[in-house]
Amino acid sequence: MTARAVEKLPVALAAPRALLWREAVRRFRRHRLAMIGATVLLVLVGAVVAGPLAWRLPVNEIDFTQKLNGPTWGHPLGTDDLGQDLLARVLYGGRISLAVGVAAMLIAISIGTAIGAASGYVGGAVDHTLMRITDLFLSLPQLPLLLLIVYLFRDALRKALGPEGGVFVLVVAVIGGLRWMPVARLVRAQFLSLREKEFVEAARSLGAPPLRQVVLHILPNSMGPVIVAGSLDVAAAIIAESTLSFLGLGFPPDIPTWGRLLFDAKDNLDFAPHWAIFPGTAIFLTVLSINYIGDGLRDALDPRRVLSR
Amino acid sequence: MPALLGISVVLFTVLALAPGDPFEELATNPNVPPEVRQNLRAKFGLDDPLPVRYARWFTSMLRGDWGFSFVSRVDVNTLILQRLPVTLVVLGSAQLLAIMIAVPIGTYSALRPYSLFDQLATTVAFIGFSLPTFFTGLLFILLFSIYLDWLPFIFRADIGAIGWRWYWEHLRQSIMPVAVLGLFQAAAMTRFMRAAVLDVIRLDYVNTARAKGLPEKTTLVKHVVRNALIPVVTLVALQIPNIFGGAIVTEQIFRVPGIGSLLISSILANDTPVVMAVTFVYSVLVVVSNLVADLLYGWLDPRISYR
Repeated sequence: MTARAVEKLPVALAAPRALLWREAVRRFRRHRLAMIGATVLLVLVGAVVAGPLAWRLPVNEIDFTQKLNGPTWGHPLGTDDLGQDLLARVLYGGRISLAVGVAAMLIAISIGTAIGAASGYVGGAVDHTLMRITDLFLSLPQLPLLLLIVYLFRDALRKALGPEGGVFVLVVAVIGGLRWMPVARLVRAQFLSLREKEFVEAARSLGAPPLRQVVLHILPNSMGPVIVAGSLDVAAAIIAESTLSFLGLGFPPDIPTWGRLLFDAKDNLDFAPHWAIFPGTAIFLTVLSINYIGDGLRDALDPRRVLSR
Repeated sequence: MPALLGISVVLFTVLALAPGDPFEELATNPNVPPEVRQNLRAKFGLDDPLPVRYARWFTSMLRGDWGFSFVSRVDVNTLILQRLPVTLVVLGSAQLLAIMIAVPIGTYSALRPYSLFDQLATTVAFIGFSLPTFFTGLLFILLFSIYLDWLPFIFRADIGAIGWRWYWEHLRQSIMPVAVLGLFQAAAMTRFMRAAVLDVIRLDYVNTARAKGLPEKTTLVKHVVRNALIPVVTLVALQIPNIFGGAIVTEQIFRVPGIGSLLISSILANDTPVVMAVTFVYSVLVVVSNLVADLLYGWLDPRISYR
């Protein structure tokens, strides 16, 4: 066994990064619930991306003879009060909900990484100021502020970018702009410990300029917690978008996001429960599987575990 | 207090950056000559430099001078004071419910990690905080009001009953909003509690307490749970802004006449003074609850002192 380990050693040294990633993948695959979550999410994403190509009923075909039907063969998820097919609407809405989630996550991670990196690398007064700002953002009442910003800026952006584009940009920017704080804290903590490590010092003594130190040496090594936080941010952003739409303040009525479908369904609960249950379940399954994936990623990417196993 | 100042700067910046002008209607109205409009702008100080406007806005907010609702023609503070108690009662009871569920279940799970009970509790908690409040609310209405017909699903402020019956009706209609909010909170709190107890229970002082012959119950309640609560309070304090978000949604679903539903209805009615004031009230509530969390630390951990 030792002989084989020694034999393998040069390979491991030659490609430490590939090995680390393989190790992480292996540990992720051992987390049973995370694997189930990843499968469910893949199915959902696949359905949402490819579904509208296969299920060709239009999202906005009004047919009053078919209104408020429960699930039938023609309409597997039933119809709404205008007789519009709910399967088509759920699939179409899923595209928007997931796109909002991913885009808002990318914004949150970019801002968070930039602020955390600046704070952790520069230190001193910059660090102090940036961390005070982070604390301030953490104590903002998120949803009321989100509603306030949407309320104040909605019309202007709608004029500038069109009804769909305007709302999309606004919702994504605001959700992303209010969720970067945990990432900034994580990145800062990583930078504080990593910038004193030998390999960074070696880079510094070889004359690497600060930007190169940060981008090439510190940042790749601090990505673990960021990936975990990012995956959970997608779920949080989907919930935030659905909440906005559920309160009637997100996307306009002709764009059926999952939250918007629930908003329309909530006054018809007593005679058309299917209308609310299917989009709600879609949100729930997406969020649950993303949360389990995040849990699995946390186990897989925790650097403390690399040595112990 | 610095936090409140910071939050108010953010709120004011948002307001100042926002396009649109409260006197826009007058500008398009041909009956109002431009001089009148200019005079009005000067009177309300809209042409002053930003810092001056901020100082005036913030001091009037603090004094409780929140202006006049465009829609209901009432002072904004009467409107808010009418509705604030309902919100506080619902939020407070939900928080209480969450603590009553989360502390025992989290502790018990941590005492027997990976047992059947623990796995069940962890899974339920995980599902619980993946269920958004707006969906749980609808499911509760569907189950308890429509299928079982046990509870009313619309909150009514004007119950025509007196004496015990009045209390009973209020209790009945509060069950669902409080349960939706409380269970959501409890799910997250159970996870925090379990993790914290797992950390504490391995420490030497717990062994010492057991070794000197303290009854297990005393060890648990006075030594383990009390210390485990310290990180839990931190995490819950960080979550407070989210709790208010959940409260807004819950109030809207069950039509609870609190400040959350006031916020939504005034946004839909373009009632800017009310929207600003309610957002400000939420900020104050966040700051106050953070203060309460700080005071709780001091009580849980006498080593922390505030001078």
